[in-house]
Amino acid sequence: MSETILRVEGLSKTFPVSYSLVDRVQGKPRRRVWALTEVSLEVRRGETLGIVGESGCGKSTLARCLVRLYDADAGKVEYDGLDVLGLRGAGLRHYNRRVQMVFQDPFSSLNPRMTVGQTLREAILVHGLRKPEEVPGRIRELLELVGLPKDAENRLPHEFSGGQRQRIGIARALSVEPETLIADELVSALDVSVQAQVVNLLLELQERLHLTVLFVAHDLRLVRHLSHRVAVMYLGRVVELVETEKLFTSPAHPYTQALLRAAPELDPARKSAVEAVKGELPSPLNPPPGCPFHPRCPQAFERCAKEVPALVPRGPEGRWVACHLLEPAEQPPV
Amino acid sequence: MSEPILVLKDLRTVFHTARGSFTAVDGVNLELFPGEVLGLVGESGSGKSVTLRSILRLVRPPGTVSGEVRWQGRNLLTLSEPQMRKVRGREISMIFQEPMTALNPVLPIGEQIAETLREHTDLSGKSIQARAVELLELVGIPSPRERLRDYPHQFSGGMRQRAMIAIALASNPKLLLADEPTTALDVTIQDQILKLLLRLKDTLGMSVILVTHDLGVVAQTCERVAVMYAGRIVEVAPAIELFAQPRHAYTLGLLNSVPGAGSTRRPLLQIPGAPPDLAALPPGCPFAPRCAFTTAECVATRPSLTAISNTRLTACIHQDKLTKTGEVAW
Repeated sequence: MSETILRVEGLSKTFPVSYSLVDRVQGKPRRRVWALTEVSLEVRRGETLGIVGESGCGKSTLARCLVRLYDADAGKVEYDGLDVLGLRGAGLRHYNRRVQMVFQDPFSSLNPRMTVGQTLREAILVHGLRKPEEVPGRIRELLELVGLPKDAENRLPHEFSGGQRQRIGIARALSVEPETLIADELVSALDVSVQAQVVNLLLELQERLHLTVLFVAHDLRLVRHLSHRVAVMYLGRVVELVETEKLFTSPAHPYTQALLRAAPELDPARKSAVEAVKGELPSPLNPPPGCPFHPRCPQAFERCAKEVPALVPRGPEGRWVACHLLEPAEQPPV
Repeated sequence: MSEPILVLKDLRTVFHTARGSFTAVDGVNLELFPGEVLGLVGESGSGKSVTLRSILRLVRPPGTVSGEVRWQGRNLLTLSEPQMRKVRGREISMIFQEPMTALNPVLPIGEQIAETLREHTDLSGKSIQARAVELLELVGIPSPRERLRDYPHQFSGGMRQRAMIAIALASNPKLLLADEPTTALDVTIQDQILKLLLRLKDTLGMSVILVTHDLGVVAQTCERVAVMYAGRIVEVAPAIELFAQPRHAYTLGLLNSVPGAGSTRRPLLQIPGAPPDLAALPPGCPFAPRCAFTTAECVATRPSLTAISNTRLTACIHQDKLTKTGEVAW
């Protein structure tokens, strides 16, 4: 359980925005969206690591960098001893077989003109996982695994409901026998009753196939339900990383605390009239100096505006937090 | 309890298309009381948004609305269009899920508020400007005087929703219809907008109908809840009672589907199957094919919404056999 399979160190990614003529003439530098800034974390074999945060916090960018859909600007990703960011050609293809991604919207990630059977067959044959004569059997096996009817093989993606399409997406990812699944907002587009079906499927598959799962989502209840550990992201940085129950019962970072307070509880008897946190997310085009949360943080002090807090271990329970409040008191510089 | 300010009687909205007739709202009966926040919950396609639009006659052809919408002694469905324009946006306002599509992208925010004020109040000239600033301030937009000249794209998602609320409140409406107002927003911003709505409701003495699919939002904001499934209301109850003990199998299923604290990494109690096709509804209870409590009676006849106490209504014949609160996991 404790063996680290994926190690991310100082991963950064920026996206250039269009360079306007006015900016050029005025000699301003080209502006960039700071999507990921020095993200470090570790994923253990067989665990589910939840990655949670609001829109624009960089969680999807992180997922895409890990499967090399985006090329990171700086940093290191190590998967089972492999230097992921340096992989090319056959090496990269082999890595992509071991680490698969499932997307939020299966309708835009599945080829609308290929039947489910064709989609699965292609994935299996590209990676040479089965002899051609064994492929039909494997397809039936996969459909059964994700709970789709047998006749699904000859149907097109548009003939399925949202929940079923998500099952096709999962079957496609599993067709290449991966060790790790990266699920980006897997159930966000689904209705609650269907959401539960897909969540249950994911839990069951992880148990049966011993998968490592990175579960990227904005829904705190879902992340709590599925994850062993959770990383909370804010404006491109990981601000807290700890075991799920510890995160939810005793959040350490002020942003985590605000996020938990803001999530509407299912108990009408527990209402609060006070807002969990004031202000809005700063623009990732121009992130604030120092701690990214300091403009909204009720406990911010002078140092927070100047110095970026590092993500460091706190306490004996394996909790990582990036907050100046929790640091041992230092001598103020004279 | 006082007299209801809005009564829906057998409201029915049908869309006639080439592929057949779809009954999106199927005989809805509902009462709304003064100063109340009523939650209308359901999954996509359950008819909650269409119900809201039918109240204000915003349903376009091929959709037709029948039944009765009784508002202040009048049936809104029989008013002439000029009469209806005096109700819409003045007595009853509506806010939408996606403010970017509801706001005019080429008109400054201030002008859009002024437009509503000119149309629906007696204000003119300078007082319109002053009132617009006052409204933006009311909804918590910082430096409102400067932001009047801004266009919608210069506002963030949360700010746009605030601006839309300001426009909706410009005419001091007595009823606010909110269609998934926070679904497109992040959770910290959602929290701010919901608290703002509740505060404004109290200070302005409005009633609110809040359409949402999020049970957490319902629990935190609504006093009373109506649950919709396949175009019908299947249960009505005070929020506290509904969450403590649902009296319709579908409500129970919905509550069980949501992961709660303490149920970590255990399978959720799921509802099998998918919502029914509105063009081919079963003759009996529409939830029967997915329900664990189904009997022959459920399949044969359509259960009607009946009172089971002073405050609760349900359309489930097995309402007394549903599992206890302890089995609703959160």
